[in-house]
Amino acid sequence: MENGVWVFIENDLGTIADVSLELLCKGRELADQLGCELGCFIIGHQVSDAASDLIAFGADMVCVADHAQLVHYLTLPYTRIAVELIKEYRPSIVLIGATHTGRDLAPRIASHMRTGLTADCTDLQIGEYKFGKKIWKELLWQIRPAFGGNVIATIVTPETRPQMATVREGVFRQPEADPARKGTVVDLNPTLTEQDLIFKIVERVKAEKKVNLKAARIIVAGGMGVGSKDNFQLVRELARVLGGEVGATRAAVDAGFVGHERQIGQTGVTVRPNLYIACGISGAIQHRAGMQESSRIIAINTDSSAPIFSVAHYGITGDLNEVIPRMIKAYKEKD
Amino acid sequence: MAYRMVCLMKQVPDTRNISADVLREDGTVNRQALPAVVNPDDLFALEMALDVKDKHGGEITVMSMGPPAAIEVLKDAMSRGADHAILLTDKKFAGADTLATSHVLESAIRKNGPFNLIFCGRQAIDGDTAQVGPQVAEKLDIPQVTFAEAIEFLDKNDIVIRRAIEGGFERIRGRIPLLVTVTNTAANPRPPSIKRKMFWKKAQTRSSVQSEEERVMLSKRGLLIPVWGLAEVGCAAEICGFAGSETWIKHIENVKLTAHEPKCFDTSETGIKELINELINEHII
Repeated sequence: MENGVWVFIENDLGTIADVSLELLCKGRELADQLGCELGCFIIGHQVSDAASDLIAFGADMVCVADHAQLVHYLTLPYTRIAVELIKEYRPSIVLIGATHTGRDLAPRIASHMRTGLTADCTDLQIGEYKFGKKIWKELLWQIRPAFGGNVIATIVTPETRPQMATVREGVFRQPEADPARKGTVVDLNPTLTEQDLIFKIVERVKAEKKVNLKAARIIVAGGMGVGSKDNFQLVRELARVLGGEVGATRAAVDAGFVGHERQIGQTGVTVRPNLYIACGISGAIQHRAGMQESSRIIAINTDSSAPIFSVAHYGITGDLNEVIPRMIKAYKEKD
Repeated sequence: MAYRMVCLMKQVPDTRNISADVLREDGTVNRQALPAVVNPDDLFALEMALDVKDKHGGEITVMSMGPPAAIEVLKDAMSRGADHAILLTDKKFAGADTLATSHVLESAIRKNGPFNLIFCGRQAIDGDTAQVGPQVAEKLDIPQVTFAEAIEFLDKNDIVIRRAIEGGFERIRGRIPLLVTVTNTAANPRPPSIKRKMFWKKAQTRSSVQSEEERVMLSKRGLLIPVWGLAEVGCAAEICGFAGSETWIKHIENVKLTAHEPKCFDTSETGIKELINELINEHII
C-alpha cells in the first residue's frame, strides 16, 4: 500500500461528506494514472457501515478508527491517528476536503510530517516539474486561486512526502457506486489517551436544514447594493417566486444581511446554476470566481461600469428596488 | 490571573476590492499596486486578546513576520492596546510558504518566553490558507481551537470557547496553553485610540532610524520596536523562507477579466417583461 493516494473521509454521524466522495472519485483517477492503490481513512463512531460503501465508491483499502469519543471531530486524536497511518502506509498523496474540519486537521498533519500543503485546490493533475537540471516525474499539480482569485497558481511538493492538498467542495464529480468492487477494510481499534481528550465538545448546535446552493438551478444573490438586511427581503421574494435559492457576496454576509452558509465566491461556495441573478453586486473578482460559470447571468446594478456586467449575459442598469418587483410581476403575469 | 498572550498578525495586499486602477491593460491585476493593510481577521484575533486582558489582566505581545514595512501592522496593534511588539524580518525569511513561516513563528514564540494563549486570525486574505495557526500549534505541541467566535469562560486551567462549524457552532472545553484562530464573526475589533495612534506613529526600528541621537530619543520613549532576524529568533536557515518551503510554485497564471457585452434591458415594465419572456422562451425559468 506504500506510495498510494489517500483520502480523509469526513463524516457526520456516519454520513459521508460530499467533498470526501468527490475526492475518492478524483483520487481513483489519480491512482489509476499513477498505477498505485487508493486508500482512505474514516474516523468517527459507528462508521463501519460506511467502509463497504467506500470500497464501492472506488477505495482499495479503508482504515476505520471507530470510538465513541471520536463521534465528532477533535483536533488532537484525529491528528494523531492520521499521522500514525501516514507513517505506517507512507502514501505519496493525501487529499482532504477544505471544510472547517479539513482546514483544522490538514495543516496539523502537514506540520507534523514537515511536508508541503496547498489549501483550497480547485483542480489536481499529475505532471512533471523541472527546476534547474532536476526533473521530477509524476508529481501532484495542486492548482488553486490565490490573491483573492486574481491568479491561478500551480503548486508542487517535490521533495517531501506525502504531497498534501485540501480541496474545495463541488469541484470534482461524485463517484458512482460499484457494489461488485473488492477491497480491504482495516479496523484500527484506537485507544485514546488523556492527552488526546484534553478538549471535549460540550455542546453542538447545527441548523436542521442545510442550504444546498450547489444543487440549486436558480440562484438570486444580493450584494452590498441591496442596502440593508430588511431590503434583502426583495432578493428572497424573487428567489421564492422563481423557485430558486438565495445567495450573497462576502460583503453582504459580513454585513449580516444573510447567514454565512449562503456566501458565494472564493471563500464561500462555487456554484454553476442555470440562472444566476446578481442584485446590487459590483462583481469583485473573488465573487465572480464563485459564479462566473453559471449558464446564464443577469446583473442588476445602478452602476453601469460595475465589473459584474463583464460576466453577465443580461444587464439591467437600474435600481433593484424598482427592477425586482417588476420582474416578479412580469413572471407572475406570464401566460 | 494575568495571562501572557501572543498575537500573530500579518500585513497583506488588500485583495478585497479590486478597482480598475490596479488592473493592467490585459485585464490582470497588478498586485504591487494594491494597498497594504492589516489582515482583517487578525484584528478580530487582537480584539479577543484585548478582551481577555480587559477582563482578567495580562500582557499581549504582537508579532509580525514580513518585510520592514510590516512595522505598520505593529503600530496599529499598539494603538489598539497591545503591550509589546516584535517585528520578525530577515532576508532569509522571504519566500516562505506556510510551513516555513510556522518554523520562524514557533522559534520566535519560544524565544519570547512562557505563554498562556496565542491568537491568530482565521486566515489571511492574500492566500486564504488558514494553515499557519494550526502549523504553529503543532510545532509548539499545544492544542488549537480554530474558527473561534468567543471565549466564554477562562481561568488558570480551563477554557470554554464557542467555535463556528458549518451550519452552526460548538462549545468546546479544554485547557490552556492553547492556540486560538479567530473568525470575523467574533466580537468587532475596537478602533485604535487616537492618543496612542499619535504616539505610535513615530515608532521605528533600529535600522530605520537616521541618527544615534534619534535612536536614543526613541528608545527613551519606548518607540524603538525590536527587530528579530534569523540570529535573534534562533531558527536554522534551512527551515526558513524559500529554503524551508516544501511547496514550490510551478507557475502562475493571471486571471483575465474577459470582457463581453451583456444584452441590455431597460428598467421599464416593458423592458423587464422582454427579459422575463426571453428567459421563459429559452426554458431557463
